Amino acid sequence: MSIFVDEHTKVIVQGLTGGQGRFHGLRNREYGTQIVGGVTPGKGGTDVEGIPVFNTVAEAVAATGATASFVSVPPKFAADAIIEAAQGGITFIVSITEGIPAHDEARVYNRLVEEFPGVRLLGPNCPGIISPGKCNIGITSGDIALPGGPVGIVSRSGTLTYQALHELSQQGIGQTTCVGIGGDPVPGTNFIDCLAAFEADPETKAVMMIGEIGGSEEERAAEWIKAHMTKPVVAYVAGVTAPAGRKMGHAGAIISGSKGTAQAKMAALSEAGVHVCLNPTEAGEKMVEIVRAL
Amino acid sequence: MDLFEYQGKQYFSRFGIAVSPGGVADTVEEALSVAARVGFPVVIKAQVKVGGRGKAGGVKLADSEDEVRTHAGAILGLDIKGHVVKRLWVEHASDIAQEYYASFTLDRPNKVHLGMLSAQGGVEIEVVAEENPDAIAMLQIDPLVGLDVATARRWVAEAGLDEAARAQAAELLVKLYTCYVEGDCDLAEVNPLILTPEGKVHALDAKVTLDENASFRHPEWEEYRATETEDPREKMAKEKGLNYIGLDGTVGIIANGAGLAMSTLDVVNQVGGSAANFLDIGGGANADVMAAALEVINTDPKVKVIFVNIFGGITRVDEVAKGVIEALGRVSITSPIVLRLDGTNAVEGRAILAPHLNDRLLTEPTMLDAARRAVAFANQ
Repeated sequence: MSIFVDEHTKVIVQGLTGGQGRFHGLRNREYGTQIVGGVTPGKGGTDVEGIPVFNTVAEAVAATGATASFVSVPPKFAADAIIEAAQGGITFIVSITEGIPAHDEARVYNRLVEEFPGVRLLGPNCPGIISPGKCNIGITSGDIALPGGPVGIVSRSGTLTYQALHELSQQGIGQTTCVGIGGDPVPGTNFIDCLAAFEADPETKAVMMIGEIGGSEEERAAEWIKAHMTKPVVAYVAGVTAPAGRKMGHAGAIISGSKGTAQAKMAALSEAGVHVCLNPTEAGEKMVEIVRAL
Repeated sequence: MDLFEYQGKQYFSRFGIAVSPGGVADTVEEALSVAARVGFPVVIKAQVKVGGRGKAGGVKLADSEDEVRTHAGAILGLDIKGHVVKRLWVEHASDIAQEYYASFTLDRPNKVHLGMLSAQGGVEIEVVAEENPDAIAMLQIDPLVGLDVATARRWVAEAGLDEAARAQAAELLVKLYTCYVEGDCDLAEVNPLILTPEGKVHALDAKVTLDENASFRHPEWEEYRATETEDPREKMAKEKGLNYIGLDGTVGIIANGAGLAMSTLDVVNQVGGSAANFLDIGGGANADVMAAALEVINTDPKVKVIFVNIFGGITRVDEVAKGVIEALGRVSITSPIVLRLDGTNAVEGRAILAPHLNDRLLTEPTMLDAARRAVAFANQ
């Protein structure tokens, strides 16, 4: 099984008529994802290579029965687009947009929690989610994923997510689902959400977790793992050599004071029984070893 | 983006937060004219984005024109931890009865805003947090609700601020919260927030970090950008649209994606090297981007080898390979280059590079192998 999405998930793309939305939306469809519609205000009634475009999310949901949305709009419009998706009846929202103001993210997160408790937001600033062979929402290249499980992947970093998929696929080890939760300060979905879903998924036998400096999500995940996780977890945390006080690309990847260092995260994970590795290759090798021994 | 103290104070003023009367001075004469305007005694403060100004001699009290001349002259041009003072903030010196601490920032674990208020101001809040955590009154604020005066009044009482300061402090905190939210700050901090013997509450310092993602709705931030004292390499990289951070090592790094770039730094370190920089070229690694990245790294005299670490996802490795070759034709690179290209179309990419390879341009199959090879060059 996969988590959050599967081959039956019907997806709309907000911003399908834009450059990025069109490129990735069509790639997702080509992968086999059920892309059933697009939304661009003012362009309702047109289509993108046969995918019908609607003026609003509500119209798109009414016409297609979509439950998921791929939000591919510029930072200025992203907060409103996410709220529109929730208001329109979407329950799984993927936001890939990079550069959304932190205050907008905080407002959106709290509105979703308070007004739309059944809605899950993935991202912002994430590569999306792929359940190999079933559904791909976002910008991950489908070529590097391998269907069939048994590994679940959850990652805060984009390219390191690809690296992790690649390391496993090359060794013939498949993935149930790979979730990129994104590197921003207020992610809609966190490590614990994904770890809990993987723990509950019978086809997932082990989990690879990729963290990075900044915040305390890895430490919180470590506590959760210690208390609830029965499946083996392999972790890698990027940024051991990152200097304090400098944002390393992601808005969330910053060491403030003595908090958020890779060392502290690795120590917490290790203490929770996680196999902590020093680089992505080593993490891949460790996972291969674990899966072969299952 | 971090603001200088004087910019932070000007930012505060915009939201009606009381600060000491003062002005900016780039010369001794300007300092004298500000002092005459705001009245003696004055405090002369070096404007640098680094802590420990006072200890380094960057903050002085002046009672007369002569003292302004002496101190302003001494502080201008002073080197404080590598930051040369080019600008001063001169303000009327306040008498201080009490010093408090106040700040707003994002509470990341709880995804709400966090206000911190303490009656023990003037010292580093990290020290207070460590030694006497009960002295800090934490207030979680739902971004959808905000901070009202009634809540702020309860908060100042809880923090144990002096009775005489409470009403004014509560109003100031509401304004500071407005500045934090409407001003799109990552951090709005006042340390110290003071109570004067006359019973006035105002901000004696200002530490403001702006969220650059919100630049699109703050055209007024342009003036702050002009005064950013950046590493020249970082400035050049920014102009070329690259995400670059200068470091002190000898291995120049080019990678796609922030996570992979960070990871590349780590791996170089693990095999005994040190990175000269962090450079994320993002998703589109075409020839222009690659040429720009190589150019920026080429200007760093410490670099002895360049490690290009690309994982092709949407970006195809064959395109990256073409980009590298085209870029090498445009930029004259002095250091050897080690490439690790993997992911989508890696085989095609390596084939494109094959005829160009020599003992100064090499490829390695994995990140670890490439790091070892690069570090071997760097340590030669």
